[in-house]
Amino acid sequence: MWLDHVAVSLLGAAAGVAILVTAGIVFSLVFEAIQFFGKVPLNEFLFGLEWKPQTAIRADQIGSKGSFGVLPLINGTLLISAIAMIVATPLGLASAIYLSDYSSKRMRGWTKPALEILAGIPTVVYGFFAALTLAPFIRVTGGQLGLEIASESALAAGIVMGIMIVPLISSLSDDVIHSVPHSLRDASIGLGATQYETIRKVILPAAMPGISGSLLLAASRAIGETMIVLMAAGMAAKLTLNPLDAVTTITVQIVALLTGDQEFDSAKTLSAFALGLFLFIITLCINVIALNIVRKYQEQYD
Amino acid sequence: MIDLTKKAGFNLSSRHRAERRFQWAGRSAILIALLFLVIMIGTIARDASGVFRQTQIAVQVDLDAETPSSSYGRIIKTALRDMFPDVSTRRDKKRLYSLVSPEGSFEIARMVVDNPALIGGSHRLWLTASDDLDLYLRGKVDTNLSEHQRRISDAEIRWVDNLRAAGHLRRVINWGFLTKGDSREPEIAGIFSALVGSAYSLAVCFALSFPIGIGAAIYLEEFAPTNWVSDLIEVNINNLAAVPSIVFGLLGLSIFLGYLGLPRSSPLVGGMVLALMTLPTIIIAARAALRAVPPSFKEAALALGASPVQAVFHHVFPVAMPGMLTGAIIGMAQALGETAPLLMIGMVAFIVDVPESILEPATALPVQIFLWADSPERAFTEKTAAAIVVLLIFLIAMNLIAILLRRKLETRF
Repeated sequence: MWLDHVAVSLLGAAAGVAILVTAGIVFSLVFEAIQFFGKVPLNEFLFGLEWKPQTAIRADQIGSKGSFGVLPLINGTLLISAIAMIVATPLGLASAIYLSDYSSKRMRGWTKPALEILAGIPTVVYGFFAALTLAPFIRVTGGQLGLEIASESALAAGIVMGIMIVPLISSLSDDVIHSVPHSLRDASIGLGATQYETIRKVILPAAMPGISGSLLLAASRAIGETMIVLMAAGMAAKLTLNPLDAVTTITVQIVALLTGDQEFDSAKTLSAFALGLFLFIITLCINVIALNIVRKYQEQYD
Repeated sequence: MIDLTKKAGFNLSSRHRAERRFQWAGRSAILIALLFLVIMIGTIARDASGVFRQTQIAVQVDLDAETPSSSYGRIIKTALRDMFPDVSTRRDKKRLYSLVSPEGSFEIARMVVDNPALIGGSHRLWLTASDDLDLYLRGKVDTNLSEHQRRISDAEIRWVDNLRAAGHLRRVINWGFLTKGDSREPEIAGIFSALVGSAYSLAVCFALSFPIGIGAAIYLEEFAPTNWVSDLIEVNINNLAAVPSIVFGLLGLSIFLGYLGLPRSSPLVGGMVLALMTLPTIIIAARAALRAVPPSFKEAALALGASPVQAVFHHVFPVAMPGMLTGAIIGMAQALGETAPLLMIGMVAFIVDVPESILEPATALPVQIFLWADSPERAFTEKTAAAIVVLLIFLIAMNLIAILLRRKLETRF
């Protein structure tokens, strides 16, 4: 019997690892971030308009402090994520609706896995395509139209990221649409509505909470995405809403601050952990809200 | 009484048009997404095709017993000068020498080690040509551009055309790409060291995440009491699955490298970070597999006097195993393509030698792709595309194995 107890406690310990991982993330991020906020005040970090993490070699140099205002990074992150969502939402929703309500079983059988391939391709591949194929293409096309486009534009990164999250939106929305009770659909069709009217007036309103949950999850994915923006979006931290400009994101700056030569305990290195904590908190909030919405919605029809 | 059919029929054709428009929108959405996939894979495959073969150049060299291997570089230069005696200026000579890859002298050294009979005689040896020569031969250089806008000069083009006419150039299958490590020279660079680094990392990742993930899944499905602790773990796992991968990299940097002092850039740390990332995937898949086992299996075992642990391990676990393995393989495929967390723990080093243990500095295939994508040389762009093709082949193979495993072993109850 004692062996059973040992086995169960071992299994419990394995489950506890999941908690340990979260604790480890929170601990490491908070610990380093507190050190950072000892050097740079929190309000300067949250509301500063300038991001220039270069700290000087000599302490008495002019501008030796570096500025750590996160707003330009938030601006860039949201700009690229917004472009991605503008691309992904119509594509993802339309394909989810088509696959669940219109397509034949055979077509669904091969289209769905084909879309899933998009989700399985590593992000570094998307980044390569965005930086070396799409960005030059956009720049040349824009040049012919008389537009000045940076070689690393938010647009290229955003479009490619949008395509990347299409399968996420479409598969989550597909599940949601599927769980709308058939009685609602049948009632609408029975009253003489066309299929389109049924979808627009009955199914989509009923599925709306679940769909918005899936869109939130996709947005959180876009905000935390690193490789595409690292390869295609550039390093320029500026406050702009122009999608043709080069912008930088929170994730790009984390990588830039921590690769290459670094000294521990400098404000520059520590700021990466403050950014990481910031990113973690934002995505965690979005995820918790999204998962709650989706769960509540599922319970509603169960 | 209002005639509803008339009212509905009045605009029936416009309602049907809306219906058709809507269907068309759905179809084009799918088409756009798939078209993007095809274009992306297509351009990458097109770029990658050039790496399949590489150009070699024949040089006539005299190898004396006295010649030290350090002077093989000079021998190559002499041979090239003999082929083109009219090249006189210093600048032109330098250009001439650059037709052969800087690796050429090492290639001769390796040939001599493999075949000592080469020493003492004049031989025609095939050496790797420079990346610029290779690109020119494949027509990737726009000769209409003015000379200083391209990487190969008019003089070089003349020499290459002469060499080709004289049969001193040949194209062979480029095995070196799969069997060599990274290099500053694109014509020499290969992905083997990155592949080995990836394999080590994945081995560590699997060794950690599979047992822990399955243990956690069994506990949560079969033994966990329904209380707030179990709820917390449950919520926690769902949230971990959506944490940005770069945050796991920060965790690895701060705890594994900072506090535990594990070796930087090593596959051990890379594998540990990847294991933490794939854990939620494996747990979620394993729980689904356990849930698919009918409760009657367990109940029958319990009724016959088995303890709960025996019932689970003897009767539920083996049935759920294929599903768990499938989930694990898909988790490993995700881990294989993951880049950002590995950048955080320093697996971005320039690695020429193949790492021999999980403690040595290494890089991984996706990181190698990232590094090469940054290089300005056109030849490296092609290498990057080829490395992506190799990565995708591995991913397809892993997913196929997962699908086949599921088809073959899955039993429906």
